[in-house]
Amino acid sequence: MRYTYYPGCTAGTTAVEFGRSTEAVCRALGVELVELEDWNCCGASSAHALDHALSLALPGRNIALAQQAGLDIAIPCPACYQNTLSADNALRHDEEWRRRMEDLLGFSYTGRPRPRHILDVLANDVGPEVIRAGVTRPLHGLKVASYYGCVLVRPPEKTGWDDPEHPTTMDRLMEALGATPVEWSYKVDCCGASMTLSISQVVVQLSSRIVAAAIEAGADCIASACGICQINLDTRQEVYKKLPVFYFTELIGLALGLTDTVKWLSKHAVNPLPLLRARGLV
Amino acid sequence: MTIEIGPELTFWSVVNERSGEYVQRCFYCQKCTAGCPTAHVMDYKPAQLLRLIQLGQKERVLGSNAIWLCVGCETCGTRCPNHIRLAPVMDVLRQMALAEGFAPHPAVYALHRSFLDSIRLWGRVHELSMLVEYKTRCLLTKPPLFFQGLLSDAKMGAGLMLKGKLSLMPERIRRMRDVKELFKPAGQGGLSEDEEVRQ
Repeated sequence: MRYTYYPGCTAGTTAVEFGRSTEAVCRALGVELVELEDWNCCGASSAHALDHALSLALPGRNIALAQQAGLDIAIPCPACYQNTLSADNALRHDEEWRRRMEDLLGFSYTGRPRPRHILDVLANDVGPEVIRAGVTRPLHGLKVASYYGCVLVRPPEKTGWDDPEHPTTMDRLMEALGATPVEWSYKVDCCGASMTLSISQVVVQLSSRIVAAAIEAGADCIASACGICQINLDTRQEVYKKLPVFYFTELIGLALGLTDTVKWLSKHAVNPLPLLRARGLV
Repeated sequence: MTIEIGPELTFWSVVNERSGEYVQRCFYCQKCTAGCPTAHVMDYKPAQLLRLIQLGQKERVLGSNAIWLCVGCETCGTRCPNHIRLAPVMDVLRQMALAEGFAPHPAVYALHRSFLDSIRLWGRVHELSMLVEYKTRCLLTKPPLFFQGLLSDAKMGAGLMLKGKLSLMPERIRRMRDVKELFKPAGQGGLSEDEEVRQ
C-alpha cells in the first residue's frame, strides 16, 4: 500500500509525536508513505475564516502537486484533511474554479488522488485484523475513550465516515489492540480548536468537559486523532484528576511493541507512564 | 400598518448566493444553538443569527461577536433538519463584515491574520514567529489585549518549548512563487478575495 503523505505543519512541531508515531506505525504495517514534495500549509481555520477563495486555493496547490503520483493523500491532521476535501470538492464540481486553478498553477486536475485521513487508511485499508495480527503487547485492561473531534467526521456528506454522531472506526481499532473502548457521548464534541490562543477560557471549559465526561464513563485515558484536540485536552484540562491523552497511533505503536513509543509519550503534558505501568504495559 | 420593504430585505439572498446555502429554510428548531460549543459566549445564538438574516438585520448580524466566535466545528450543519450548513454561512458573514468595515473580534481576528501572514511568508506556518506577531497585534489593539491570557499562554509555550515542540527556525517551501500567486487578488491573476490579506 502506497500513499502520498501530507504531514501538515504540526506534524514536526506541536504534534510531533503524532507525526512520528503515524510514520512509524505505517512503516511497521507495510504502508508506504511518500511525503508530498514542497507541500504548503492548508490554511487551517484562518483561511476560511477570512478568505474563502484562499481556503480552497492553498490546499488546491497540494492537490495539484499530488496529481503526478496519482496516489491517495494520507493526512494525519483532521483540519488539513477537511480543507483538502473542500478544495478537492471545488476542483471536482466547480468547472470555472478548476480552470482558474489549473491556469494559475499549470496542472491538469485528474480527480484521482483522494484526500484520506490516516485513521481511515489504518482502519479501512489496513484493517483491524491485520493490526491485531501484529500486536505483540495487547493493551489488556486499558479503558480508552475514543475521541474523534469535530472536523474529522463532519460535514458527513463530504467525509463519509461510518456515523457523524457516533463513529466507531477508532473503537474497532482499540479493540483490535486488546484495549476496551468505553461508551460515552462526547466522541465528536469540539475542544475549542484554535480558540486556545484567542479565547483560552472557552477552550478550558470545552476541553475540561470532554475530559470529565471520559472520566465519568470509566475511561483511563483518551485516544485522539487530531493534533489540536490532543494538545487542548492534554494542556487545557482542569478536572479533579489528570487524564492522559494519547494519539491513537501511539497506542497502536505501543501494542505493536515499537521501541520509539516511550519517546513519543515523553512529549505529553500529562505523563501517561504511571497509568501504563499500573496496567503492566511498559 | 404598512410594512416597508427596503433593500435590506435582500440580505439573505446575498448570503445564500455567496455561501451556497438556503437560510430561508430555517424553521427555528434551534438544534444548531443546542449543539453549538460556543453559543454560551455568543451575543446572538446560531438560530437567532439565521432568523436575523431572514429578517434582513444586516447591521446586527455583521456587527455581532457570534460570527467571530464560531469555531467551524460543523455540529450545527450536521444536525440541521433543513440541511443548512451554518459554517460556510459564518465564513461569508465574516468576510462581508470585514469588507463593510464592521469591527471583528480583536483577538480572533489577530490570530487568523497572523496565521495567514505566516503562510504568505514561509508557505507553511511557523508557530513561534506567528505567536510573536499575534501577541504584537494584540498589544497594538485598542484597548490592548496583550495581557489577556498571557500567563497561561506563556506557561503553555514554555512547556512546548521544553519538550522540543516549537521549532526556532521556520521552514520555507521551495516554490514560494506559487503561494504568492495564490495570495494575489482576484482580478489580478490571483485568487484572494480579502482586502487586507495581501497588504
